[in-house]
Amino acid sequence: MPATLKLKMTLAIDQTKATPAMAPKRRGGAFDAVFEALCFTSASTLLAALIGVLGALLIGGWPAIHKFGFGFLVTSEWNPVTEVFGAAGPVVGTIITSIVALVLALPVAFGVAVFLVEFCPPFFRRPIGVAVELLAGIPSIVYGMWGLFVLAPWFAMHIQLPILENAPPGSLLAVLTQGVPNGANILTASIILAIMILPFIAAVLRDLMMTVPAPVRESAYGLGATTMEVVMSVSLPYVRRSAIGAVMLGLGRALGETMAVTFIIGNSHAFPKSLFDSGSTIASTIANEFNEATGAMHTSALIALGLVLFLITFTVLAAARALLGTAKTV
Amino acid sequence: MASQLLIARRKISNTAFVGFCWVAAAVALAFLAMILWSLIEHGLGALNLQIFTMDTPAPGSPGGLRNAIIGSVEMCAIAMVLAVGFGVLAGTWLAEYAGDSAYGKVVRFVNDVLLSAPSILIGLFVYYVLVQPFHGFSGLAGSVALALLATPVVTRTTEDVMKLQPPALREAGVALGSPLASAIRRILWRASSTGILTGGLLAFARISGETAPLLFTALNNQFFSLDLTKPTANLPSVIFNDALSAYDDLVRLAWAGAALIAFTVLLVNIIARTLARETRRS
Repeated sequence: MPATLKLKMTLAIDQTKATPAMAPKRRGGAFDAVFEALCFTSASTLLAALIGVLGALLIGGWPAIHKFGFGFLVTSEWNPVTEVFGAAGPVVGTIITSIVALVLALPVAFGVAVFLVEFCPPFFRRPIGVAVELLAGIPSIVYGMWGLFVLAPWFAMHIQLPILENAPPGSLLAVLTQGVPNGANILTASIILAIMILPFIAAVLRDLMMTVPAPVRESAYGLGATTMEVVMSVSLPYVRRSAIGAVMLGLGRALGETMAVTFIIGNSHAFPKSLFDSGSTIASTIANEFNEATGAMHTSALIALGLVLFLITFTVLAAARALLGTAKTV
Repeated sequence: MASQLLIARRKISNTAFVGFCWVAAAVALAFLAMILWSLIEHGLGALNLQIFTMDTPAPGSPGGLRNAIIGSVEMCAIAMVLAVGFGVLAGTWLAEYAGDSAYGKVVRFVNDVLLSAPSILIGLFVYYVLVQPFHGFSGLAGSVALALLATPVVTRTTEDVMKLQPPALREAGVALGSPLASAIRRILWRASSTGILTGGLLAFARISGETAPLLFTALNNQFFSLDLTKPTANLPSVIFNDALSAYDDLVRLAWAGAALIAFTVLLVNIIARTLARETRRS
């Protein structure tokens, strides 16, 4: 190496060490720290919000929990006048509507997902996929109105009345379907919930099944498997864990859904006697009564209900996330 | 013989399976069509100029939804400003600074839970923090409740998009002497802007129809008001009250409002998806 070049390099290195360059660098370092702190604070706000929700529910619900204890969950007398509150009706209503909704929605959602991945003509794949996602985006209050003005009257006329007229008194069918034939009952609420969670589960299942590597599916086809065998024995086991997570995410949505259910469930606090009986869910009870609560104990009982809902959904959602891992689900 | 039977059985069950999937897809699309049809039938018929120029009426007198539309727009705008501010910064922290740290994992998990948490519980929380202490329902409380629902969506999309950016982009910025914070703002945010915009639009679509969190925070208001420290009229609450009323004209207004919200949400969703698709292409 020629000596001049060596000298030039030394000079260059020396120049970078020179002090004038240090000042802006240090300022940048300070800004770096501020920016990182800002980002960190924003992220922590999310955690604070979740803790805040839990804290507010615990503090607000404490008087009711203290007074009624475990009986709050297992008795069903809900009387604001005598200030006796038992939440078994809404709690059971929430669980039944969500599970019935899941049972109704899951097979259809699975069918839609398989259709989109395996059978759909390529030209229609995107439009139909988008349509399913749009269905998932419609606000719940619109589902509620549709349920109230379209589904409920139809259900009362074409399903409830014929059964009421024709079922032999005392038979299992008559017992399961007793109730006022106005279409506002547990089953119609479940149907609305099913329509709401169907596109959501379908979209996530489709995305999951798309992640099955093509060679895996192709080798199964190459061995002579039918489409059904490929889906049931290859694709589905491949994504099983995440698929269960997706289903539980759907269940979580159904459990916490408020407006669609409030419109159509009939809002009765009694323990539901049949699928055609009117009932209530935790969310619908809070939505209906919170602003008109008659006393401190009434308010507290409603917030305690909220706490129960929080604990149920948190458990379901946490399990769903643990199963889903890193799969995308926005 | 046996294998022939087996093949026949497999063929039949496969045909049934294929048929079931086609029917399932048809059922899902039929529901979308039915809901859209009721919105068009009941909603578009009720939409007219009055809806935008008059305030919510007493039963029997003419009226529109002006105050509710303006209230909703105000609250959603404030909520989106808050949500984009917090969400983008939180998403940036998760993508750039959190790494594999335990706290990062906790925040990511909490964000995922908030993403699907029942909105009515968010309403109760805000009631305790912003309504009860100040002795009154307010539009601002409603905005905060909506912001709490929108932020997790923005956070999630921001994190996802920023993680998709090649590390070389970040390294190039820092190698040129830029502080990491500037590299993030000037290079990474710019490269991710379409994705972040998509997240914002999806968040907006999510909150614009939310009703439950507004019931105990913004309440409702029969009259026109721009004062967000007072109860504020909003479309979802008006729809909820009017749809359950016994008056035909109020029910018609509720349908008009529902159509307005639903088509806005559909439009925003479509724009967001088109944007997302463009990004993926380029």
